Amino acid sequence: MANNEQAKIAVVGDRESVMLFGAVGIRCVYASTQREAETAVGRLAREGCAVIYITEQVADMIPETLKRYKTETFPALIPIPNREGSSGLGMRGIRANLEKAIGADILFGEGR
Amino acid sequence: MAIRVSPTRMELTRLKKRLKTAVRGHKLLKDKNDELVRTFISFIRRNKELREQVEASLAAAMGSAAIAKAKMGEESMTEALMYPVSEAHAQVSTKNIMSVIVPQISFRPDGKEADLPYGFAFTPSELDTAVLDVAALLPQLIELAGVEKTCDMLADEIEKTKRRVNALEHVSIPEMQEGIRAITMKLEENERANTTRLMKVKTMIADRN
Repeated sequence: MANNEQAKIAVVGDRESVMLFGAVGIRCVYASTQREAETAVGRLAREGCAVIYITEQVADMIPETLKRYKTETFPALIPIPNREGSSGLGMRGIRANLEKAIGADILFGEGR
Repeated sequence: MAIRVSPTRMELTRLKKRLKTAVRGHKLLKDKNDELVRTFISFIRRNKELREQVEASLAAAMGSAAIAKAKMGEESMTEALMYPVSEAHAQVSTKNIMSVIVPQISFRPDGKEADLPYGFAFTPSELDTAVLDVAALLPQLIELAGVEKTCDMLADEIEKTKRRVNALEHVSIPEMQEGIRAITMKLEENERANTTRLMKVKTMIADRN
């Protein structure tokens, strides 16, 4: 992707959680099954979305897809909580990265 | 165990050269890893901070949206939110951190004030709160995307680099050192054998005369 480009943002998730983002100009794609989610993410990635937010419930369904895009510069697939709150998937991701890179949990050690 | 090589001087020079390269590579990779870890730690701190903020704010906004939906019904809410005031865009570029190409994503405000895409006549105030909250959260959301992606990629690269450093340190370099030692010993042994043979021949010749 060229430098200093303007890129689209999208969000994938169940209708009720995601609807809100439409109002601020983020592209919404509704998905509630694994298949829908996979096609949605694939299509958005091909269309050149730089950032795809994805609700944790949906992200849970498509671990392989998340993994595939993990080491590519674009798009960034970012889990966000849905209307029922966070399932902790996002935070788990941070922790997994920490353990992978440093071998120890240095941020979450306290307060647990 | 050391690789079986023919104990010649040529092989010795070759091995020594390789060892030198390996040692130098090991040092470089170790430096790279140190730098990566340093960068990673600052990014992951920011990542955690941002995620905490974003998750809390989003949960609140979605809560308000749920109340709004209960008050006004799904159809009219979909309708109210259908046409955005402005389209959100991100400014995207790439950055090279120790030869890892990471994205840099920043929010690009389009100059307009955050506004509501609907009139006030048929919507409850909870919806206003929810929409404005999300609009205010946009810059953070976008920063989170960039930071989290960077962390993902750095973690991966650190793991790879670490593995290479370990492979060099614990496998390749000892193996080559062992090889060099073996060849040197063998060569010395040959040398000694040669010397004794010469001495023996010398005495034999002396005896004959």
